[in-house]
Amino acid sequence: MPDIDIDAQGTTLLLMGNEAIARGALEAGVGFVAAYPGTPSSEILPAIAEVARQRGIYAEWSVNEIVAIEAATAASLAGIRAMSPMKQNGTQVALDFLGNLAQRGVGAGLVLVTVDDPGSHNSSNEQDTRHVAKWLDIPMLEPGDFQEAKDMTRWAFDLSEEVDIICMLRAVSKISHTRGNVKLGDLPTRQYKASFPYDGAGRVGGRQRMWGIPHDVQHKKLAIAREKYETSPFNRYVGPDKPELLIITSGATWLYSQEAVRTVGLEKRVGILKLGTIWPLPEKLVTEHLDKSLEVLFVEEIDPFIEGSVMELAASQVPGKPQHTFYGKRSGHINAYGELSPDDVIKALNKIMGINYQARDPAYLKKVEAIPREYAVNRGGALCPGCPHRASFWNIRTALKLDGRGGFATGDIGCYTQGLLPGGFSVVKTLYCMGGSAGIATGFGKLGQFGFKQPVLAVCGDSTFFHATIPALINGIFNNSNFTLVVLDNTATAMTGFQPHPGTGRTAMGEPARAIKIEDICRSLGVPVEVCDPFKFKETTETLLKMMAIDKGTRVVVMKRECELIRGRRESPPYKVTVSPDLCLGDDCGCDRLCTRIFLCPGLRWNKETGKSEIDPILCTGCGVCVDICPQGAIKREVL
Amino acid sequence: MITKKLRKDPLNLIIIGVAGQGNVLISQLVCQALAKEGYLVTFGQTYSSNQRGGSVNNYVRVSKEIQCSPIIPSGAADVILGMEPLDTLRMLAQYGNPKVITIVNPRPIDVAGRVSDYPDIHKLIETIKSLSAKTWIINATEEAEKLGDAILANMILTGSLVGSGILPLDEKTMVPLIQERFPNDFDINMAAFNKGVELYQAVA
Repeated sequence: MPDIDIDAQGTTLLLMGNEAIARGALEAGVGFVAAYPGTPSSEILPAIAEVARQRGIYAEWSVNEIVAIEAATAASLAGIRAMSPMKQNGTQVALDFLGNLAQRGVGAGLVLVTVDDPGSHNSSNEQDTRHVAKWLDIPMLEPGDFQEAKDMTRWAFDLSEEVDIICMLRAVSKISHTRGNVKLGDLPTRQYKASFPYDGAGRVGGRQRMWGIPHDVQHKKLAIAREKYETSPFNRYVGPDKPELLIITSGATWLYSQEAVRTVGLEKRVGILKLGTIWPLPEKLVTEHLDKSLEVLFVEEIDPFIEGSVMELAASQVPGKPQHTFYGKRSGHINAYGELSPDDVIKALNKIMGINYQARDPAYLKKVEAIPREYAVNRGGALCPGCPHRASFWNIRTALKLDGRGGFATGDIGCYTQGLLPGGFSVVKTLYCMGGSAGIATGFGKLGQFGFKQPVLAVCGDSTFFHATIPALINGIFNNSNFTLVVLDNTATAMTGFQPHPGTGRTAMGEPARAIKIEDICRSLGVPVEVCDPFKFKETTETLLKMMAIDKGTRVVVMKRECELIRGRRESPPYKVTVSPDLCLGDDCGCDRLCTRIFLCPGLRWNKETGKSEIDPILCTGCGVCVDICPQGAIKREVL
Repeated sequence: MITKKLRKDPLNLIIIGVAGQGNVLISQLVCQALAKEGYLVTFGQTYSSNQRGGSVNNYVRVSKEIQCSPIIPSGAADVILGMEPLDTLRMLAQYGNPKVITIVNPRPIDVAGRVSDYPDIHKLIETIKSLSAKTWIINATEEAEKLGDAILANMILTGSLVGSGILPLDEKTMVPLIQERFPNDFDINMAAFNKGVELYQAVA
């Protein structure tokens, strides 16, 4: 991670969009940052936490996103510039508070960063959070490159203060999670003195009202933001004075559009209006550009947000104006789902401009098409070598089979989401949101009166337990719902990059904290609780069977084993694992290649020449758990 | 600032490998060096959800004129550096063209959960060659194991990439960056880097 707090104005660094956002906040003099890890937004908070102490900033990993934005708001009310970064799903978790905050005003500048994930690279769903800004009536900006990610974040704090409202910065994966050039600005130091000024009229900080519904006031604030947008340098136009086609775009799709136009050589015929201030729409500016061209193509990811806003604007123009032809998602020229690329824009330009640009050489393409399918497979769908979740799912798989009542697991968000896939033996059958696993299980657990007999295991991770599982667990206990909560406690928020959580014993700024034990919380609720090591197959499977057999009320199994990647960073491998070629019977065994075809640890591979299994020494972490799955005892572990 | 010329603008480099092989490190070192030389560099990534064993595709784009998008258009790769042959071919299929140069480490890594077996490695390499204008086979993992740790394959390949002169980078530019990255293991990483330069010279 580059040093994001160097005080060297004018220096160019290669920053990840998330680091650029962090730098922008530092340049704005942010004093308080609170977040919950969610990729593609996960790197913003650590970048600030890393330099927080020396810069007099407070940074925390909060237990979830709504608490994060609540904590950040307190700082804002007390006169400290504050920020809360999160991913799109997190923004939904925070929505109840945000919906109230939007109508209250702020103290010092308050910025919500939301990072969307078009194409769902790191998400369980695909959503366009730009609607949140429209829905809540708050200003929203979107950076179109790495430099803007920094500059815009800095400006967002000013805007929030000037307009007296929380300001939203929306980015996408391909800005937040990629790197590019960023020229640094100055790094002012702020001396904050926090206090919470209030009076008897429901006002704090002199202006925010804590009661009443000042929705009309909010609309006036948005009108001020719109006025500022009209001249913002974050909106710009490149292209001829009278373009045959006007592209309106923003965010990463601005980069795709720019590149597509250059690639097909249409710079003299096609113009691009790149918007950075997305909501409310800068109507005068857009109208000015609409007047220059009657053909308009909208290039944006996920929903037709700008498309809808501009078409609404066009429909309200003076009667008698010539009608535009609009191309975009409505016309089918741009997909209303997934991540776009320069290819998608080229495809649209081909159709609209009547050109025939072919990216691939036809003879070459023919050769590519002739490649056998097995030569171009995708990787993925397997847990990491040595992952304790694989062992946990193995236990669940065995227990469900032995139990024999058609039981299943419900899942949610984390590395263990892969329980849906063959890598987790597909034991997990439902996937919704953080905490959704236990929540849905409380419902299944109350279906007994309708004849429901299948045992339900709700699987959640340790960080997810603290984030959103606790209310669902208590709901289950309160309503006497029949299910078993299985906490896969690997002492890490592993999927997003090993961030600390309430169970890890340290904070975002590296300070020691009370490590809250999940089993202690559960025991305090008075329900049956068992703790076991997923690597001990027999014991753990028996525990699961015993818990399932109780068949009434809510009970908890905590499967505890540290994430193998964390262990591996600290220690050398515990075992040297090998497959004995004398004992492995290969396809004659009858196990149907249990280790390489079913267990699916990447550290085990099938050797086509010998017709037997073997260890890939590069991938094997030496955890040794596979020794216990081989029916022939052919996998050997030797203590190192 | 810019000392060496860019052979094409933008120059598109793909670095591909399996998560855990250290291909992100190669990309970061190369990108840092290019940015230092004054280029506009964009470094994009796509990866699968598992932190080890999935594919990691790194897209490095270098220009004097524009900040490129983090995604390379289809068929527009100039150089593909593959740490694993199957992944290399997958990238060629999408981004290859008759002029593409491929540097490949021939050490296969099995695909967990595949229905069929890993393809024949010789045929795989032949296919890669047939889709590249030039293919340089660098036995990076094999040489890294000789140096004592398979992970050094990434520094070997960095050496081959920089040593080939495809990028507007000098071998000397890399030394302080390697020093900065590996303050405690500089010697072994530098040895791996030099080995990579040497291996390139032997196959070129």
